[in-house]
Amino acid sequence: MNPNAKIKKATTHISQNEGLIFEKSSPGKRAYKLPPLDVPEVDAAELLGERAREDLGEMPEVSEIEIIRHYTRISTWNYAVDHGMYPLGSCTMKYNARVNEYVARLMGLAEAHPYQPERISQGALRILKMLSEQLIEITGMDAITLQPAAGAHGEFTGILMVRAYLESRGNPRKKILIPDSAHGTNPATAAMSGYSVENIKSNSAGMVDIASLEAQVNEDVAALMLTNPNTLGVFEQEIHKIADVLHAKGALMYMDGANMNALVGKVRPGDFGADVMHLNLHKTFSTPHGGGGPGSGPVACKKILEPFLPAPVVISKSDGTLGFDYNRPKSIGRVRMFYGNFGMHVRALAYIMANGPDGLRQTTEDAVLNANYIRKKLEGYYDLPYSTPTMHEVVFSDRKQTPKGIRTGDIAKRLIDYGFHPYTVSFPLVVPGALMIEPTESESKEELDLFIDAMKAIAEEAEQDPELVLTAPHNTRISRLDEVSAARKPVLRWKPQTEAVAK
Amino acid sequence: MRYLPKSQADRETMLREIGAKSIDDLFAAIPAEYRLNRDLNIPRQYAESEIVEFFRERAANSAQGYATFLGAGAYSHYRPVVIESLVSRGEFFTAYTPYQPEIAQGTLQSIFEFQTMICELTGMDVANASMYDGSTGAAEALMMAARVTGRSKCAVASTVHPEYREVITTYSRYQGMPITTFGYAGNGRIDLDTLDMALDDDTAGVLIQSPNFFGTIEDVAALADIVHSKGALLIVSIAEAVSLGIVKPPTEADIVSMEAQSFGVPLGFGGPYCGVIATKEKFVRQMPGRLVGETRDKQGRRGFVLTLSTREQHIRREKATSNICTNQGLVALMCGIFMSVYGREGLKELATQNLAKAHYAAEQFKKAGATVLFDGAPRFNEFVIQTKTDPYTINDKLLGERIIGGFPLKKFYPEFENAALWCCTETTTRASIDAAAKEVAQ
Repeated sequence: MNPNAKIKKATTHISQNEGLIFEKSSPGKRAYKLPPLDVPEVDAAELLGERAREDLGEMPEVSEIEIIRHYTRISTWNYAVDHGMYPLGSCTMKYNARVNEYVARLMGLAEAHPYQPERISQGALRILKMLSEQLIEITGMDAITLQPAAGAHGEFTGILMVRAYLESRGNPRKKILIPDSAHGTNPATAAMSGYSVENIKSNSAGMVDIASLEAQVNEDVAALMLTNPNTLGVFEQEIHKIADVLHAKGALMYMDGANMNALVGKVRPGDFGADVMHLNLHKTFSTPHGGGGPGSGPVACKKILEPFLPAPVVISKSDGTLGFDYNRPKSIGRVRMFYGNFGMHVRALAYIMANGPDGLRQTTEDAVLNANYIRKKLEGYYDLPYSTPTMHEVVFSDRKQTPKGIRTGDIAKRLIDYGFHPYTVSFPLVVPGALMIEPTESESKEELDLFIDAMKAIAEEAEQDPELVLTAPHNTRISRLDEVSAARKPVLRWKPQTEAVAK
Repeated sequence: MRYLPKSQADRETMLREIGAKSIDDLFAAIPAEYRLNRDLNIPRQYAESEIVEFFRERAANSAQGYATFLGAGAYSHYRPVVIESLVSRGEFFTAYTPYQPEIAQGTLQSIFEFQTMICELTGMDVANASMYDGSTGAAEALMMAARVTGRSKCAVASTVHPEYREVITTYSRYQGMPITTFGYAGNGRIDLDTLDMALDDDTAGVLIQSPNFFGTIEDVAALADIVHSKGALLIVSIAEAVSLGIVKPPTEADIVSMEAQSFGVPLGFGGPYCGVIATKEKFVRQMPGRLVGETRDKQGRRGFVLTLSTREQHIRREKATSNICTNQGLVALMCGIFMSVYGREGLKELATQNLAKAHYAAEQFKKAGATVLFDGAPRFNEFVIQTKTDPYTINDKLLGERIIGGFPLKKFYPEFENAALWCCTETTTRASIDAAAKEVAQ
């Protein structure tokens, strides 16, 4: 059987080889030209004394064309949203609109210094203010900070606010409850905020078990960190009861907003009892993932938590201009220098403006439609551990494939041959061998059908030719990498050959 | 909605295949009383041309076209255009974290190169794939020192960027990590006696910044001796990365915590920037953040993977070295391209121009009658001047000439009357320095 026979979306093509930038370096090549110095030259050795630097070691010396080709060539080794569907569950890999990139690079915004006087920063401040107001409306909350640099950073900010609030009432309490389906950042955040972590179990529907929650919530519990919809893509139907149970004992509900793409314009966390939450602008609000960052993790909260927001906050001053208010005596303090990842704030605002209320609602509906379509089409081919209705993502398991020795990671690698980025592998932890699929709204029916066909073909291959799946990927420029020796004997930087030989 | 690739017919077909009557069926799990039965109260859908127009107006209202003497943790350097050409490639900016190495070698290799360049410049053995920024990186470096030494206290110089120190206060509050602050001497450098007094047998880490917030370059070797004699780790924070082109790297430090914004990252009203932690090889397993390592595939070809992830939150959960999840991937890429453009010779030439401009400006300001504080100690591209007039008044006048003056220090250091921190980079012109000197004189 031709292993490529069923692959529709992709084909192999010439891929350029490229070494490391250091391997192209030779003395005298350069990619820069500084203007002539318009002030007298100085002698660095004289000004800096023994702190003067002589040599920059192995820094590369290359020309401009080599830089362009180097980075262009290696860029072609990446899969990206621009290539096609990127069904990573809980990552919300949606289209990154080009106008966002364009406006973020406008000179007055890209070159604004964070300490320039407020009266010549009104444009930038207006952007912060508008984005704040719109995110408050979208979440149904009362106040917001844009300072956190990423989702996990937002969690840390939010939990510190919970702690400051509880402290102001006399007792910071001791622990944070976290469902077993939660992201790893949740427990790590609780630990950084001085809380111990207590896990709560999901029930057979994949939701928080109200009875066991009631048994666990007491005066030692500061908050529950809840992702809703959770990482199974399931909406916590008894969310109001969860909030009631917590509030009755003086505990708060923290909502991890990683999965807000299932809710925007349809339901607001502030309306169903969340007290504080973070948003991931790089997920729900389309700012690009950039190969791992930068992110942005605004934290929205109810009125009771507002005094504890990080300083500064943007305010309207009596003269009608905007400014920063640093006088926030109850604030948890700063979580980052300056005002957060402003470039991401610009992009998120441009995204919201491009959508408007109708576009945001349609976006959410399409995201949920796509996930349900995939679920329907792949049911029977892959095990569905929870039959509870799916929102924006669907979680299968590899149970049907494991008798042939094939695990979720193998299916994922074979999916690469079919021209797709894999889904999220082995997460959430509550589903052994999980395949977590989030298509987002950005996929056409054609792209979804290609994905579904690929997944079906792999399920067939798993039956008929398991070796083909186990040894995938076959069509990439490199095959599976030895991650074990990478961790056992870490090589974390390049060194010149001669040195390595001498050793 | 132009980002959504579906016709109404597509949607209806899909609903039919699912077996749903309408889209509302798919939202039935949400209790009716919480469903939003109205439009969000946000502005209507804008056309692309309207969005561009809106942001152009905001940009025009944000100090466009000013010469600036502001530094203080965010530096105005020229950004070679190849940076934007390359980071605008969708293969880079629309990719996810490289968890699937077979189809993410572009990102992985660029980070491996970034890690190598940071090691070369800082004199450290290993560098991570970046942190959120210099302020959070400094806080994480102190937490790392506590893990390495098994001790709990930390000491921070008052000449570390004040906003970094505020972040450290927030981070350390609930970690059982008390922070003490130690001061500076008359030459703007750390006062060795107060440093010595700030340390005891339970001090895990000492954080200094060099060049420090006043622009003064510290005697890192002497500080390291004192810190190491107490069994603590020395962490050197570098806020102005271009200084590494001409200032000796802090090889005597145990951890370098850096803000790499100067390497080709737009000022962008304060972010996104690019923190980095670099350290000695023996401490790598206590380091926070992502790391890329070299390995081989089955056929023996070189490739790169994320490695040592057992330190991280997605594996270790509450026992992780940090809750950090993202790095600053695309910003680190900008830095890598910048470092490749300037390279071994260019970074030195660039740094020397910065040195020359700042030196010229300080001399001109002195001639104009201002006092240059801490004049005895070496400095890079920032310096503090004291004037007869309030610096806010001077800056107001300069704004009329479309010049943004130095950063008044009183906001963070009330002990300074009429003092401001001025910064000159390679982009600062002699004409603007001369114009500023005139105002300083009055």
